[in-house]
Amino acid sequence: MRPIIRRMARMAALSVLLGAGGTTAGWAQESQVGSITGHTDAGKKLYRRYCIGCHGPSGDGAGENAPWIDPKPRDFTLAVFKCRSTPSGALPTDEDLFNAITRGFVTTYMPQWRPLTAQNRTDLIAYIKTFSPKWRSGKPGTPIAIPAEPAPTAESILRGRQLFQRMECWKCHGPAGHGDGPSAATLTDNKDLPIRPYDFSTGTRFMCGATNQDLYRIFMTGLDGSPMPSFADQLKPAEAWDLVHFLRTLQPIETREAAIWRDWLNTHARELKPIGPGGGGR
Amino acid sequence: MMLRIFAGSMLVVLVGAAGRGPFPAGTINGKVTYTGTPPKAHPIDMAKEPNCVTQHPTPVSTQDAVTGPGNSVRYVVVYIAAGDQGAPAATDTVHYDQKGCMYIPHVAAMQVHQPLAIFNDDPHSHNIHPLARINPEWNKSQPKGAPPIRTTWEQPEFIAVKCNVHPWMHGYFAVLATPHFSVTDTTGAFMLAGLPPGKYTVTAWHERFGTQSQEVTIGGAETKTVNFVLTAKPY
Repeated sequence: MRPIIRRMARMAALSVLLGAGGTTAGWAQESQVGSITGHTDAGKKLYRRYCIGCHGPSGDGAGENAPWIDPKPRDFTLAVFKCRSTPSGALPTDEDLFNAITRGFVTTYMPQWRPLTAQNRTDLIAYIKTFSPKWRSGKPGTPIAIPAEPAPTAESILRGRQLFQRMECWKCHGPAGHGDGPSAATLTDNKDLPIRPYDFSTGTRFMCGATNQDLYRIFMTGLDGSPMPSFADQLKPAEAWDLVHFLRTLQPIETREAAIWRDWLNTHARELKPIGPGGGGR
Repeated sequence: MMLRIFAGSMLVVLVGAAGRGPFPAGTINGKVTYTGTPPKAHPIDMAKEPNCVTQHPTPVSTQDAVTGPGNSVRYVVVYIAAGDQGAPAATDTVHYDQKGCMYIPHVAAMQVHQPLAIFNDDPHSHNIHPLARINPEWNKSQPKGAPPIRTTWEQPEFIAVKCNVHPWMHGYFAVLATPHFSVTDTTGAFMLAGLPPGKYTVTAWHERFGTQSQEVTIGGAETKTVNFVLTAKPY
């Protein structure tokens, strides 16, 4: 009799742990990335060693280094995150936060944290989620669906270029993607601090990753807290891929899209109207 | 028969509780004015968006402190902050327009869960970015001709709204727990109607001039006048 009771108690304890450890984090604020469960107490120790200098003891982004850092460190008390797989306004998944810590942010002071183990990074996520009550009252959103990427063609790049014009990406990112559009100079984030649009001509990596899927995700989810909105309600998946293919031609690196585009331009360049007010057509 | 009478009386009770039935309903009205020095409204330079320049033959001014004759204050949200007796939820859709690179109205008041529809009437794109703190902060693009963005808010909050592309575009969503709210007009006047007898806390909120509250008791089908005098600071 007694071993049965003990076994039942063990199973109950296990189910509590599993329940709290899922992406639908409960009060315990555990985190779950793949098979790894993160814990707040371990995360707190790591946070106080590696993160506190910029993000501050209360997670509000006002650490002692913050005055010298621009853009400012993330304020975890708002629970607003740029790089998510979830729709604009939704909390990110634990995997999203794990990827952000792992990858760092190319245009900010946030470095990659690959030297920390996957367990360490997962523990940190559990602790970061204790800074905002939103993690207790809400659940992460459902990641957006990303259909398979069609092969890039000159036509898809051309359609993407028209979308770059029609969606008015150029107003911030500039006609050539240099981050110098007419609205670039006045952009501010959700704390009214100046922030720059991404300059496609200098970066080999984007804010939230380096792949075509990452690029798709950036403009379909928006970078919450920043001026970059979500285009999920405006672009069909096929159009989003067209835009991805065009954006790839703006980079300073050799991409397959850039090669296709260069070939096309060799014979058709004169057909294009420049991007900008009243332009962008063929 | 008895059942039908019973059902009928239940209906009367329900309608009465909703504040629309035969029970007396009171009204609170009044005006909001200021003392002190309000900031000067200044003309907005829309040169960055030629479409919007042509839509305003005379330049429009900033709307964060709109005052009128007799020191009246426009765009003050006046609402029942306490004493609400469970009135029916507001269900009509609140319209919020982006036109000529301005938000119309500058301040939109609504109850939690009340439908909100955001329109882009301009021949170009806007991004609508409600800077919510308690509610989720989102940011969506709405190009020319896009359908309205339909949404609701779950928690009471005064949410600043901005368009990052056009930095002068600035407005507010006043999301309230009560269905009894009013936004002052060009004369600073407001009216809260359909209030069953009871003791109420009436609060006036203005984005620059702060918040004030007063206690008001409604005894029956009467109209009580409550005026607010907010303190204006030049900046």
